[in-house]
Amino acid sequence: MEEIIKILTGIRPEFDFYQESNFIENGVLDSFDMVVLVSTLEERYGIKICGTDIIPENFSDTDSIRRLVERYGGNV
Amino acid sequence: MNMNFHNKKISGILCVVPKKESLFDDEIGNYNFPPEKSLRLKKIMGYDRHRIAEEGDCISDYCVFGMEYLLGQGIVKKEDIDAIILVTQTADYLLPPTSNIIQGRLGLREDVICLDINQGCAGYVVGLTQAFMLLEQESINKVILLNAEFLSHRTSRKDRNSYPIIGDAAAITIVEKDCIPNVIHANVKMDGSQAEALIIPAGGLRLPSTTETAIMEDNGDGNLRSKDNLFMDGTGVFNFVQTKVPALIEDLLVTSGSAKEEIDYYLFHQPNRFMLEKLADQLRVPYAKMPANIVERFGNSSGATIPVNTVYNLGEQLKNGSFKVCFCGFGTGLNWAAMLMTIGKMQVAEMIEYS
Repeated sequence: MEEIIKILTGIRPEFDFYQESNFIENGVLDSFDMVVLVSTLEERYGIKICGTDIIPENFSDTDSIRRLVERYGGNV
Repeated sequence: MNMNFHNKKISGILCVVPKKESLFDDEIGNYNFPPEKSLRLKKIMGYDRHRIAEEGDCISDYCVFGMEYLLGQGIVKKEDIDAIILVTQTADYLLPPTSNIIQGRLGLREDVICLDINQGCAGYVVGLTQAFMLLEQESINKVILLNAEFLSHRTSRKDRNSYPIIGDAAAITIVEKDCIPNVIHANVKMDGSQAEALIIPAGGLRLPSTTETAIMEDNGDGNLRSKDNLFMDGTGVFNFVQTKVPALIEDLLVTSGSAKEEIDYYLFHQPNRFMLEKLADQLRVPYAKMPANIVERFGNSSGATIPVNTVYNLGEQLKNGSFKVCFCGFGTGLNWAAMLMTIGKMQVAEMIEYS
């Protein structure tokens, strides 16, 4: 989980991802941040995330991101 | 709507692009984001350079310029043109239709049918289906399909969501009856309930342009745009494309009885590299068969991107060879549409710069 928080902080350093929740609804991540995040997760964990999974629900908090990565076989 | 057309062909494509090339690296300072973040996006999305029409130029200027080129080369004769279909969202005027202006400037016959269609990124497939329908008439043998878009004039230069991908272009496609029997399969779909996902809010009768609609605002995403500018709900549009387009293509392949491997090229609309690679992954199509290099070289010119994609990537090969292709456009509306047909043996398949 530390690694995911590090990646998120690299994308939006102005937020404390230990404290934040509802990333999309609260405007912590926008659609372009999601694109950068997907690309970074794919590189870091050696996975390919399907386009239909790039939806706000899968990026709403660190737990949902972890579950998404694990679903594709990434070892978080 | 599933449709079949018989014995029709594309006998030429000419694209007209602006001379002016604008570089993403030079625009980074316009955006309200740290440069390193924009540079990361450049790599993922395929931002690099795009063609921007000069202020004051209109789509009819480009269409007439291209048509005069074709007439001058003897590729098209005025007296052979039976219909003009113009697909655009950036018409010269609210009225009259821009196709009428083009007919007048070219001095075409009075009995030429002129149609303007207001459609966006699916506009190439939509325009082709209309051209094929007109060609069902005994008296119509040659249709000129014009796809032209100057969205840069209506996109905020401070909107990193939209401006880097926008490019201006006009495409002329010559569509005719074919004496060699063939079948063309198409499917066009629409979800108007999501119309606001891609919209220029002001400028029509619903919200006329005023000094107030011209005020630049940050709606919370860090981009500055006014109501006179293009707005795109990036997440909504991405999700729509990834959900709807693969199903449309699979359905069209089944309906036409074609195997995925039989298709030589998937010539798709060009929103950005990331979205296209995700589509290719879903469809299990090699990236080499689905070019994604138009946004980074020319920008996304809405309904003109498929012909730009076609002539840029296949060009000369289209004059002698022939290819089974899948055209697919998706965007404004929200509208998504695809077509399977064989193209080739064209009289012209090239791109010229407007001057």
